[in-house]
Amino acid sequence: MKNKIIELVDIKRNFSVGSEVVRALRGVSFTIHEGDFVTIMGTSGSGKSTLLNVLGCLDDSSSGEYYLDGVLVRNMSKNERAVLRNRKIGFVFQSYNLLAKTTAIENVELPLMYNSSICTKDRRVRAIAALTRVGLADRLQHKSNQMSGGQMQRVAIARALVNDPAVILADEATGNLDTRTSFEILALLQRLHGEGKTIIFVTHNPEIAEFSNRCIVLKDGLVDSDVFNSDVRSAAEVLASLPILSDD
Amino acid sequence: MNGLNLFRIALHALSNNKTRAFLTMLGIIIGVASVITMLAIGQGSKGSIEKQISEMGSNMIMIYPGEASTGGVRLSASEMNTLKVEDYESLLTLEHLSAVSPLVSSSGQYIFGANNYPSSISGVGTEYLLIRQLKLASGEMFSEDDIRTSSKVCVIGNTIKDNLFPNGEDPIGKTIRFKKIPFQIIGVLEEKGYNSMGMDQDDIVLTPYTTVMKRILAVTHIKSLYASAITEEQTEVATAEITAALRSNHKLGFGEVDDFNIRTQQELASMISSTSQLMTTLLACVAAISLIVGGIGIMNIMYVSVTERTKEIGLRMSVGAKGIDILSQFLIESFMISITGGLIGIALGCSFALGVNKFVRWPIEIELWTILLSFAVCTFTGIFFGWYPAKKAAQLDPIDAIRYE
Ligand SMILES: Nc1ncnc2c1ncn2[C@@H]1O[C@H](COP(=O)(O)OP(=O)(O)OP(=O)(O)O)[C@@H](O)[C@H]1O
Ligand SMILES: [Mg+2]
Repeated sequence: MKNKIIELVDIKRNFSVGSEVVRALRGVSFTIHEGDFVTIMGTSGSGKSTLLNVLGCLDDSSSGEYYLDGVLVRNMSKNERAVLRNRKIGFVFQSYNLLAKTTAIENVELPLMYNSSICTKDRRVRAIAALTRVGLADRLQHKSNQMSGGQMQRVAIARALVNDPAVILADEATGNLDTRTSFEILALLQRLHGEGKTIIFVTHNPEIAEFSNRCIVLKDGLVDSDVFNSDVRSAAEVLASLPILSDD
Repeated sequence: MNGLNLFRIALHALSNNKTRAFLTMLGIIIGVASVITMLAIGQGSKGSIEKQISEMGSNMIMIYPGEASTGGVRLSASEMNTLKVEDYESLLTLEHLSAVSPLVSSSGQYIFGANNYPSSISGVGTEYLLIRQLKLASGEMFSEDDIRTSSKVCVIGNTIKDNLFPNGEDPIGKTIRFKKIPFQIIGVLEEKGYNSMGMDQDDIVLTPYTTVMKRILAVTHIKSLYASAITEEQTEVATAEITAALRSNHKLGFGEVDDFNIRTQQELASMISSTSQLMTTLLACVAAISLIVGGIGIMNIMYVSVTERTKEIGLRMSVGAKGIDILSQFLIESFMISITGGLIGIALGCSFALGVNKFVRWPIEIELWTILLSFAVCTFTGIFFGWYPAKKAAQLDPIDAIRYE
């Protein structure tokens, strides 16, 4: 049996907007094992982003227990969570969230900057390695505004990879990209998954679920369905079959 | 997170916004530069006044006739006449005085050949040179014999020499006329220049006081007495001694007020230096206010910067920045702004003070403590005014910050 990397027990998250209470998550429980590639789907407003933020220790649940790698997140201080985000979690945002006027390599170095056990030389080496893995070895010195959306998203993925996290969380990482670029990103994530990374991928696109080995569907803040997929499609193959329009 | 990384991040952020960083700095630059310049000018004028006073003789004591409380009221003729030659002679024996001289003066025109020059004549004793710290450049001072005989000899200052002998001839032995009376020049004084009140100290002619009293003014009283205490510290004892001597001379009973008044150079010096001290303090206050305004400028910009960069803060937090990292980042930014501004301000202030000295010819004095002080103050300003915005940034919630639009 593989390690439980994430365990959620009856997670609820309420937002109070004025006098009203919005119940974004109404009791979500599931367990994700090491090396899983999970897609989270659901209609808009079903609570996917809220769930991912809780998983990424960016947000706190209103009630319920969340164990990350066996540790109860609720009992952690702000600083401990910061360390957790730094060492165990790689977060990929839909809107890339790269630092403006900053080169690709500096963006990727960012998480390592907050890890005092890594020296300057190491940091550079690891950032270059991460960028090479996402195929941007030739774009190290490009600034955020000098790259395409797909390239920026790959920089963001490199940034999520660079500290060798236990889990990669991606919130609609392909939402802003065209089909071809989406498949490139997907192929990249599949490759990382193949290397043993745990990936949780939020998407609207049901087709993407076919590339993961598990799909959790949320509805109104509850788990609607949770199915395992034994017939995982290969994004690399799809990519190869796509007509080549232009070179990237 | 180590300090070097924080510095790198802060430097990066500042270089991304050079114009803004510079404009923020401007407040500090102006503040520090004005502190340095103002203090340099204040200290300089204070120093030069003190120097001039000590040049004039810091242990000098002046005795005038009339009550001390007369203030601006004109003295009546009888009150003007209270000092006599006997008073002068009684002071000669006092223990704490190193020199005493009467001073009786009269103004008028000097004539030598075709040249004439309006000035005044000072009737003094031989010790006057000592009291006023005057030195002879050539010739000699008149003697006690000259005083006894009221001889018509004089010692002149440089201004008189230049005006009566414009061709540079040697004045010694020449005879000049003052109010039709011929005076033989027996000595020339060393040049002293202008004093801090703008008076020409070389516009001076010294002659025996008896000559002025008998031959020019035909009076028996002395206009004033000058004396020197042995040391500056003994000025007070000497003053008491003089008071006692004069009171007994004038037969003043217990309860009667002095019919003379005594001024010491020490009093004058402390009065002038306290005035210039006040000026320096005022200048420093003005400058300090501009430094505070500069600090508020930093706070303002850092505050805007925190708001503007909320998303960036959120992102940094999402990849593992702790509150303290964010706090340090912003503190270091405001620290760097104020340090850089401070250094530029110091350079600017020093060159400005030197410029004032060179072009306006005001005395200046740049003291190390003013530089250190203004540097310390602007460092403090940076941290103090940067603290609030930085704290605000550090307390942001990661998810709120990253969602901030
Ligand atoms: N900060 C917040 N304050 C108040 N309500 C919120 C907040 N964040 C989310 N919500 C509410 O929680 C619910 C779930 O939002 P969430 O962003 O998780 O949806 P989602 O599944 O990610 O939708 P989408 O697919 O459109 O991104 C929504 O009804 C939303 O209005
Ligand atoms: Mg969402």
